[in-house]
Amino acid sequence: MNKNVLGLFLMGVLNGAVQAETVFVTLEKDNALAVVDPIAGTLSKSVDIGQRPRGIAISPDNKLLYVATSDENTIKIIDAESLKEVGKLPSGKDPETFALNPAGDRLYVSNEDDSLVTVIDIPGKKAIKQIKVGVEPEGITVSPDNLWVVSASETTNMVHWIDTLTNEIVENTLVDPRPRALAFTADSRQLWVTSEMAGTLMILDVKTKQLIKTIKFEVQGVTRDKIQPVGVVIDKDSKRGYVALGPTNRVAVLNAQTFEVEKYLLVGQRVWNLAFSPDQHRLYSTNGLSNDISIIDLETQTVTKSVAVGTYPWGVAVKP
Amino acid sequence: MMRIINPFFQITLKFLFVIQLLSVNVVSAEAKQTINIAYLAQEQKIPPVLSNLDAFIKDQGVPGAELAIIDNNTTGQFTKQQFVLKKFIVPLDGNVIDTFNKAIAGQYAFVLVNLPAELINKIADLPAAKQLLIFDVATVDDALRNQQCRGNVLHLLPDRAMRADALAQYMMKKRWNKWFLVIGATEEDRLFAEAIRRAAKRFGMKIVQEKPWEHTFDARRTEQSDVSVFTQVDDYDVLVVADEQGQFGEYLEYRTWNARPVIGTQGLIATAWHPTHQQWGAEQIQNRFKEQAGRWMEEQDYAAYLAVRAIGEAATRTLSSDLKRLKDYMFSAAFALQGYKGNPLSFRSWNGQLRQPVLLSAPRSSVAVAPIDGFLHPHTELDTLGYDQPESSCKWSQ
Repeated sequence: MNKNVLGLFLMGVLNGAVQAETVFVTLEKDNALAVVDPIAGTLSKSVDIGQRPRGIAISPDNKLLYVATSDENTIKIIDAESLKEVGKLPSGKDPETFALNPAGDRLYVSNEDDSLVTVIDIPGKKAIKQIKVGVEPEGITVSPDNLWVVSASETTNMVHWIDTLTNEIVENTLVDPRPRALAFTADSRQLWVTSEMAGTLMILDVKTKQLIKTIKFEVQGVTRDKIQPVGVVIDKDSKRGYVALGPTNRVAVLNAQTFEVEKYLLVGQRVWNLAFSPDQHRLYSTNGLSNDISIIDLETQTVTKSVAVGTYPWGVAVKP
Repeated sequence: MMRIINPFFQITLKFLFVIQLLSVNVVSAEAKQTINIAYLAQEQKIPPVLSNLDAFIKDQGVPGAELAIIDNNTTGQFTKQQFVLKKFIVPLDGNVIDTFNKAIAGQYAFVLVNLPAELINKIADLPAAKQLLIFDVATVDDALRNQQCRGNVLHLLPDRAMRADALAQYMMKKRWNKWFLVIGATEEDRLFAEAIRRAAKRFGMKIVQEKPWEHTFDARRTEQSDVSVFTQVDDYDVLVVADEQGQFGEYLEYRTWNARPVIGTQGLIATAWHPTHQQWGAEQIQNRFKEQAGRWMEEQDYAAYLAVRAIGEAATRTLSSDLKRLKDYMFSAAFALQGYKGNPLSFRSWNGQLRQPVLLSAPRSSVAVAPIDGFLHPHTELDTLGYDQPESSCKWSQ
């Protein structure tokens, strides 16, 4: 009995040490979810998830995963432990990107073909509102203080500021062509927006909705056209931000105070989306064309490993 | 008295100026601005066709412009701008110049024209045309972009030279170095063949044999044996066909004496747009277009879409409807048009040609997108296609 308990205890300790965190990656072409152990740097398994999975997020309590299965016109709720489907949300047509509010009870979905943002009440599993936005909405995010939902429309070239209380658009800011992804700083004072066509990152002031600065990326040996910023994340202390540069196969490291680009890290091909490890010591990138994810050590700012995951890795979420 | 008023007045002015600056990006309630766009086309005779698989499309271009108007107005509802499209479709026996003079001249600053090459410059040279900007959404003519270029005309579709260069890059990459060029009987075929010869020279490829196609165009009488005999020539890697109307090109594939791929105006084609193209968000616009028009998007629809979107983009960025301001913006470095082909699109300052990737497509598969990887250029790889600035014989008269 005692031995058994000790054994279990030891196993627990070992498990804890080895499996510090789990990385989930949606595989657009494989209709599957890849489960990666980033410490060991290996693919643990890959499970069927539904047709054309793209956007993915984890609930604040880390118990549930939300996965947009675009060709099934739904967002699936997946138990993060068993990876079994436990429910579905009425996302509207062709869901791709979506955002959770900090409390984890609201979900905002971009419906690209219909120029809409659908607001979903998660406990009720009900769509409570559809908001008309610009043409081809894609990037969407909620401010950490839960005051704003911001949606970027790729063809209208605007970010739409939606008040979370009324679910109405309050203001619109014109940005550089084909805005893709958005991220707020942890203090909710800045909004970072990437423009795929202009090759820029725009920093907007949340209070005035005005542009503070535009950062133009330049990578040696790569022509302007190829520099197409997509995913963006900012660390919790607002020390550094990271921008995935698509077909340049690089992630830009920015000083979030001075907005200087400090470094370009070479990752896999057509880097798309980014996610931090829970302790923010590492960054994970999905590389759409090389079918792998890159693991970046943020202390040394080096790419330490790439893990083959399957065809067209798209979104990434991390469970502690 | 004046002394008291003046400083106050100055402060007010400054204050107004600050407000003006602030409102450039944050779009709020203002008076509504209307941007009128004319679309001028002439009905077309139904050409003879080889196969009745492809129905003749009467309204090529129109639904593209209409879709772009919807997109522009979606943005416009946030910028308080309204875009209005008025169509002028001249009957077969009608006079296009008359319609232009009576209905468009002096009333529109932006005019899309879906007309043959010879009519475009006739319109561009009319005195009233100096006060407007013409968007050519139909021609592929190299001469219109070179010696016959006009400062008030922009060209939305890739010209023959850009298409031939796209094909040549792909053939070079595949090491299909020896070409057998087959040329149809029309003037357009002759011009396409000329572009192919130029591309061969540019990329160091060799045309080992050239032959005019002189057989009948009737499917019942052109037997497979004709092509077999016709294609018994010195060895070549690839057959390049110049048949823009599609009168015989489809006969060549699978019927050549040696097993060789067919490329050019049939087989693997170079095009601005194609139903097989799904990358870079293209799937979204393909869906939206099909839902609206009930058919696939054709090249001229794509061109008309881009023309109206270019006007919209310039009007939104400048918050203006003024011809000069919009034109200046379209030629500025800031102008970047999203064309669903990966690269931002812009106008070449030396001839008004829209620089863009060219799709290389088989009937049911997207094969490649030019510029092909590895073809480099000091400014933008897009300028490896067609007449680059030093090669251009266009003397702008803006």
